[in-house]
Parts: sequence; structure tokens; C-alpha cells
Amino acid sequence: MAVTTVASGGAGVWGAIWQGVTRSTSGFLGLCIVLGVLLFAFVGPLLIDTHNPTDVTKIWGPITSEHWLGTNHEGKDTFVQLVLGGREPIWVGIVAAVITVAIAVVLGGIAGYVRGRIDHFLLQLTDITMTIPFIVLMLVVASFYRTTSPMVVAFIIGLVTWPYLMRSIRAQVLTLREREFVEAARIQDLGTARILFAEVLPNMAGYIFINFIIAITNAIYAVVGMYLLGLLPSTAANWGLMIQQAWDNNAFLVPAAVPFLLAPMAMIMLFQIGLVTMTRSLEQTLDPRLRDR
Amino acid sequence: MIDRSVPPTADPAPGTATNAASNPALLSLHGVHQVFPGPRGDVPAVAGVDLEVRPGKALCLVGESGCGKTTTARMAAGLAAPTRGSVLFRGRNIDAMDKKERSGFRRAVQYIHQDPYASLNPVRTVHSTVSAGLRRHRMVADRREARRVTAELLERVDLTPAEDFLDKYPHQMSGGQRQRVAIARALAMNPEVIIADESTSMLDVSIRVSLLNTLGRLRDELGVGFLFITHDLAVAKYFAWDGEIAVMYLGKVVERGPTPRVVNDPRHPYTKALISAVCEPDPDLARTRERVRLRDADIPDLTDLPPGCDFHPRCPVYAQGVCDTHRPPLVRDHDRLLACHVAGQG
Amino acid sequence: MTASRTAPVPHEGPLLSVRNVDIGYRTGRRTLLTTVHDVSFDLHPGQSMALVGESGCGKTTLGLGLLRLLPRTGLVSAGEIRFRRKDGDTVDIRSMAKEDLRRFRWSEAAMVFQGAMNAFNPVLRIEDHFVDTFRAHETGRPRRRKEILEESAALLEMVRLDPARVLGSFPHELSGGMRQRSLIALALALEPQLLILDEPTTALDLLTQRAIVERLCELREALRFSMVFITHDLGLAAELADRVGTMYAGRLIETGTTRDIFHRSRHPYTSALIGSVPPVSGDLIVPESLPGSPPGPSSPLPGCSFAPRCGHAVDLCRERRPEPEVLHSRGDGLSHTVACLRSRELAAEGATRD
Repeated sequence: MAVTTVASGGAGVWGAIWQGVTRSTSGFLGLCIVLGVLLFAFVGPLLIDTHNPTDVTKIWGPITSEHWLGTNHEGKDTFVQLVLGGREPIWVGIVAAVITVAIAVVLGGIAGYVRGRIDHFLLQLTDITMTIPFIVLMLVVASFYRTTSPMVVAFIIGLVTWPYLMRSIRAQVLTLREREFVEAARIQDLGTARILFAEVLPNMAGYIFINFIIAITNAIYAVVGMYLLGLLPSTAANWGLMIQQAWDNNAFLVPAAVPFLLAPMAMIMLFQIGLVTMTRSLEQTLDPRLRDR
Repeated sequence: MIDRSVPPTADPAPGTATNAASNPALLSLHGVHQVFPGPRGDVPAVAGVDLEVRPGKALCLVGESGCGKTTTARMAAGLAAPTRGSVLFRGRNIDAMDKKERSGFRRAVQYIHQDPYASLNPVRTVHSTVSAGLRRHRMVADRREARRVTAELLERVDLTPAEDFLDKYPHQMSGGQRQRVAIARALAMNPEVIIADESTSMLDVSIRVSLLNTLGRLRDELGVGFLFITHDLAVAKYFAWDGEIAVMYLGKVVERGPTPRVVNDPRHPYTKALISAVCEPDPDLARTRERVRLRDADIPDLTDLPPGCDFHPRCPVYAQGVCDTHRPPLVRDHDRLLACHVAGQG
Repeated sequence: MTASRTAPVPHEGPLLSVRNVDIGYRTGRRTLLTTVHDVSFDLHPGQSMALVGESGCGKTTLGLGLLRLLPRTGLVSAGEIRFRRKDGDTVDIRSMAKEDLRRFRWSEAAMVFQGAMNAFNPVLRIEDHFVDTFRAHETGRPRRRKEILEESAALLEMVRLDPARVLGSFPHELSGGMRQRSLIALALALEPQLLILDEPTTALDLLTQRAIVERLCELREALRFSMVFITHDLGLAAELADRVGTMYAGRLIETGTTRDIFHRSRHPYTSALIGSVPPVSGDLIVPESLPGSPPGPSSPLPGCSFAPRCGHAVDLCRERRPEPEVLHSRGDGLSHTVACLRSRELAAEGATRD
């Protein structure tokens, strides 16, 4: 009753996201952290000298003005590695999340809206997919193809993690399809595909977006975990690889190696914390009924 | 764009009303039943209803909640298939229609829900909601025409100036405005029949009348036939003065006839009780009016109906030995159809 | 049932006396959005008053504010709500201490909320609600459950419910009408002097509505409590109220006896509201429509808040806010007051109802 409605409507989803993130202090802080990490990982390499040779004279070097975070077991500069090592896990996270969410939304939407035999079949498919042991699959893939690229990893993560999201999207579509505005669209004979993708799913945009971010965090953890376990071949600089190398070289016993171990962990945690805080303040604002309040 | 060529009248459905020959039914229900399975046995929500909707006329279905009026409306709209009986559109059984005919029926018979908060998609603008059907069915050539036609439709339902409303979201409008948008959306399909399910009951009194007037114009100017569901007899009387009222009780029509006759001279004791229960906005009238006193205030359970007439446990005039043994059929009684052993004798 | 109902209990002054009450909602740390402005009325013992108006005009806020039942952000920001308690003392509800207020509510003034389903705890049986209510207001030794249930059964019989069936049921097992009647019985459990009902019959079926109206009439005669009820159904007001107050945009713009309001209303809004209800008896009368909607509380108008929708508004209406003016002084709170600058002119022209 006492709610004042601000007369702004056409801002669209991106406007709403912006509004949602900037509205609360914690959300804005989260956004700043995420942007900061992204800049660090994607713009950083353009700004610094990325030439980082192995130097046996500088193994586990201390923090100096030349080497901001010291050097590693090969005498390479830790800071340069840190700057170069962000792109890969972040990319893997995003690609895997796109794949997971796309599969989950399309299959979940179809299963929930069309129901019947298709629903039954898709549910069976989720059951089967859920039983695939992810780590074992990665071991097999890694042992067959020595040159597994990070994108292959992203695809595999995407292809095995969708069932959970798909099931919850299906459940939501099942309730949304009974709503009167969906029935109104059916009375208008708008066609199944249009009703599903233009009427039903946009109502879940916020939920889907939030799950997209959660999927990114999960995929980053998965890929970092795999590096840590040594399942992936060592190629370019990479935060996960850094942790693994630190671990393999008993860095935790060498006080000078602490930055090499902690810096990538700190970056990963910072990125995740940023995403999670940003998401939390986004949760309500993607719903247009709550947008203007 | 509202081109409304009067449809060639095919074989008229057999109607009971006197004007059947001159004004054949567009949409008719023949002995429709709807049985829902329930935890305590089957629930006969609708048990044998015959109705006809004629162009430019309103048929009001009145009754209390749980009497089956919404279920009947949903069957008429093709949203639920009757478990028995048939729904005919222009004389064709909608079950026997091929895909193309079915699509034509789908668009010609539009349904307006009770709750405009729920029947509009919260994430879409008015323009997008109203024009979706136009664009889908290629009734407009391009985006500009879609916008123009949508604006015309909004003006037709008295949302003026239309430009102010086109880009609004449902939550930015009042209940009455939302309901008008829902009507504009139905109108976009050039409907021949509109089924309105309690479409004005959630609105303020001040808005209700103007919305009824808007609907009345569609009925009179465009010749749209209305199946109007309401529990408010005053609204039924006002909207369907030239049409018919059918009173439903526990899934059956108990009295049906021309509105002025039924409202001003109700014959079935249930209709009488309903009319006398209305609170009139006149303190003198309210305190002097004669009230029908029911023997029991509560509706019997649909899964456990009494023998004989469904209404007899509550009926103030019931005759022992007749009403509790035989179910009265709905038969013609002078100017109306009536299902009552006692009132039907006179 | 007609004449006896309006006769009040011996003259002792009003039971409830509301003076210049403002009610608002906090929208920020220091900002208050006032939704009810300057409301004054008296309610004498045994009287029943209806508050009518369109949705969003502040009726429910006022009803809640009278008993300080507003949500956390709401508060009565100005004025006095004086109530004469059972012991004869008069208190200002606004300045009552929390614990005192808790005891006062329900035992002296009870409220029946809109939507009876939400007022009951879904996991408790009806009997538990009664027991809890009685126990919460006990002063002496705790009473036995059996004793309380006997009293509850008597209350349910008063609203014509079968106690054997209702007491042991969960709220969802009852029909809407039965729930509403149980709630009224529960509200009357501690014999309050004042009952506030928010839309008591909305969303109920016609015959159920009728049953509730009849029960309320009977109960009021038997128990002699006063009643304030909030409704948008003018028919209900005509039937159940001794007095009617019309609210518009948070202000009480007209009050009078039910006959004053329905036969001699002096405010164009009241007239329009009554004129917009189609009657069910008699010939077809074309109701007037009342286009537009009330202004929101965030955009107050300098003059009369009804002026933009009023067919009789002149320039002065848009500049000066009309103050409530007594047209007919009758004592016992039965005076006819109206807040319209042109009420006398319009009455002379015959533009308002006669």
C-alpha cells in the first residue's frame, strides 16, 4: 500500500542486473572484486612484461622490488605467473557454465513443459548422467589424450554437471506452466516453443543467471582441483597448476615459497567470494515484480 | 483491422431458447459432464449441462463456488475435455476438429481469467503481451503495424491514451487496467465468443461498472457472444439484461431463462435464496426485505450427494416423499427452464 | 432487528474517540510516508461503524492503527486514540505500554483480519487456538482445558457451528465460511467491547455472506459490543452499520448515519461510489461509472484529493483542502460531517444524492 512505484520499466534485464548489484554495498563490493580479478587476469598480461625465463640462480627467491611476490622453484617470477595464470581457469569456468546452463535450460524447459514421454526419457538421461563418476572420467580422458586442452576440460565439466540444474528448472517449469498467463498464451495459440522460451523461461531469468554464476564457481573449483590432483598436463601458467607445483615441490616447508602457494589460492578465493556476494544481492532484483521496490 | 465478417451460419445447433432459429448458437454445450478423481471417490464437478452462447448475447452462469461454473467455462473454452457430452463450435464438435479447425476455434473463443495479476506475464510489457498473438498469426505485417494495431486495441478497451500504456509492465498498472489489458489481448484474436470467468469480481466497485460497460460495447458493437461467469447477481443482471441467466447448483443448472424474468421473479428456491441474500446498497430496503431462510447453511459434499433433489437438505419449501426421492429434471416451465418439483407445479 | 439495533447503551460518552490521527509507514531512516491523514470520529457503546472506500484508500491501515497492529514499519504518528476500558478508565491507545497493550487487545478490543485462513496457525487445531487465547489472557489461576473447551463450544454454537466437528479440526479442513465464523467466535471469546473486522465477508459465497451478516447482527444484540468494520461492499455497510465513514486517499471525507450516507450523502465521492453499485432488485438501473483511480500517498495534492476525478470540481477545490464540516449535529457520534467545499451548493443543485 505504501509502496511507491517508480515509473521506469524498459530497463531490461541488464539494467536490472546493474541496479541489483549497485543497490547494496555488499553487492557493489562483490562486483568490484569480480571486475578487479577479471582486469587482473585479462588486461594484466597486456600491461606487464610477460617474458618470464627459468633462472636457476633465483630458486625460491624472496620478495624484492624486482620480484613482487618472489620467485618459484624454477626461479620464475611469481607475480608474472599469477597475472598470466588467471585466464585459463576463468575461461574454463565460463565455458563450462554456458554449456551446463544451456543444456539444463533447454532440456529442463522441454521436460517440464511438454511432459509425457519426452519428460520420462530426459529424466532417465539425467539419472544416467548423474551416475558418471566425474574424476574417473577425467582420468580416462587425460590418459587417452595427453594434450588435453583446457577447453576439452570445460566441455567435459559442462556435459556432466547439468542434471542438477536441469531437474530444478524442470520442477519450476512444471509449476509455471500451470500459471494463468501461460494458459492465456495457449489460448492465443502461440505455439509451444514460443510459450516455453518467450513466456515461461524469462520468468526464471534471475534464477538462471544466478545458477550460471554458481556454475562458474563450481567449474573453476573443478578445474583447479584437477590440476591439483595432477590430472591435467602442465602447459601454460595457470593458478591451479601453480598450487599443484607448489605442493609437489613441498613449498609449504620453505618459508620463501609461501607467496607462490598462497597467491593463486587467494586469487581464486577472491574471485569466488566476489561472485557469491554479487549474486546474493542480485537474487531479488531480476524479478520485475520486485524491481521497482 | 477489426474485420468482422459475420460467419456463415452452418447447421444451427438445436437450442432450447425461442430465438434459436433467428440467432443460432455459436458455441454450445450438450450434456457435458466433468468428473475429477478425488481421494474420497470421484467428484462430479459438472453433471449434465446444456448451454448455448449466441452472437451479441450474454449468457450468465451464476452460482456459489464449487457449483461447477468455472469447470463448465473451461470445457466451453476447450481448456478441459468433458468426460461425457460434447462441446460444439458452429455446430462442429471440437473433439472431431482437425488441426486447422481447432486452431480457428482456439482463436475464436477467448477466455478471460478472474485474476489479472496472474493472467499477465510479469516480465512482458503490455505491447508485447497484446501483440504476441497478432505477430504469431501474421495478422500484422511488421513491428510498426503491430504497435499501431495494439494501440487501437488498447483504445478500444478504454486504455487511453494508448501510448502511455504500451511500454508498461503489469506491476505498474492498477487491477482494472490490467484486466483491460487482458481483454485487449483476447480482442486481438478477433474472437466471436468471450468467456469471462469472474473477470470483474476482484476489482473495486467503482471500476467494475466501467469495465462491464467496456465489455458491453464489445458485445453490442462487435457482436461478440459472452459466456459470463459470476457469483454476483447484480453484475449478472446488469450485464445480461438482454440475455439469459443460468443458475448452477452442485454441477447442474437448476433454473435458466431470460435475465429480467429470472432476477425479478425467481422460481427455484435456490435462486430465490441467492437473490434474497444480496446486500443491497440501501439501508431501508436492506432491513425490510424478506429473506429466504435455508434449512442448512452449508453446501453438501460433492462426493456424497443426497438422494433426490440436490438442494432438498437446504430447501425451505421441500416436500417430503418427492424431493428426497426423485431428482427433478430441468424442464420448460412457461418462460424458463426449471428443475424443481415444488416450484414447477405452479 | 432494526430499531433496537441503533439504540445505544446509557450515555457515558464514547467508547472509542479518535482525534486527528495520522498513520504512516517508514520508508527510510528519517522519512515517513503518511497514508492516513487527520482522521477523527467517535464510536459510542453498541454502535457499529463501517469504513468504506476503494482499495488503497487507507481503510485497513486505519483499522490496524486503531489497535496498533500495524506492521513493523508502520506507526500512528499523530493524534489520539482514546478508549474507555472495562474498568471505566479512559486510556490513549497510542501511549499504552507493550505488555498492557497485549492484555488489552483481544480482551477489550479484538480484530478479525481479512483472509481467515492466514489468521489461524495451520498446524494447530481450532480448539488449541481457543485454549491459547484464553490462557494468554488469564490473570488468576490457570483454568482447566476442559473448562475452556466448554466455553469455546458455547461460543461456536453462537455462530451456529457444530463444536463437536469444528473444535477438533485443523483450519484447512473447514470451509471459508466456517473458518470466518470460527474466527469471529474466537474474537468474541474474551467478551471485548470493540470488534474490528477487516472485510469480514469478502471472498465468501453469497449464502455464506448472508449467514455471517445475520450472525453478526444477532451477536451484537446479544453481547452489545461495538463494531468497526472495513469493507468495500456498500451493501454490507447498508445492512450492518449504524454509521458509515467514507475514506478517500487516507482521509475520512464523510461520516454520517447509514441513512445520511445512503440517502443524503453530501460528498460527490460517496454519491458516486453508491451510484456505481448495480442493484439486484427492481428494474435495470444503469449505474454511473467512476473513472480514474485515487492518488497514491506519495503524491499528495494541494487541494481536495478527489478533485481530479470529481465532476463538480472548481478551481478552488484544486487549491484549498476542505476541512470536515458538521452538517447535522446529533450527539452520540451520529452527526453528519463532510469534507467538501461545495457540499452545500451541490445539495442545493441536487447534484448529490437525495
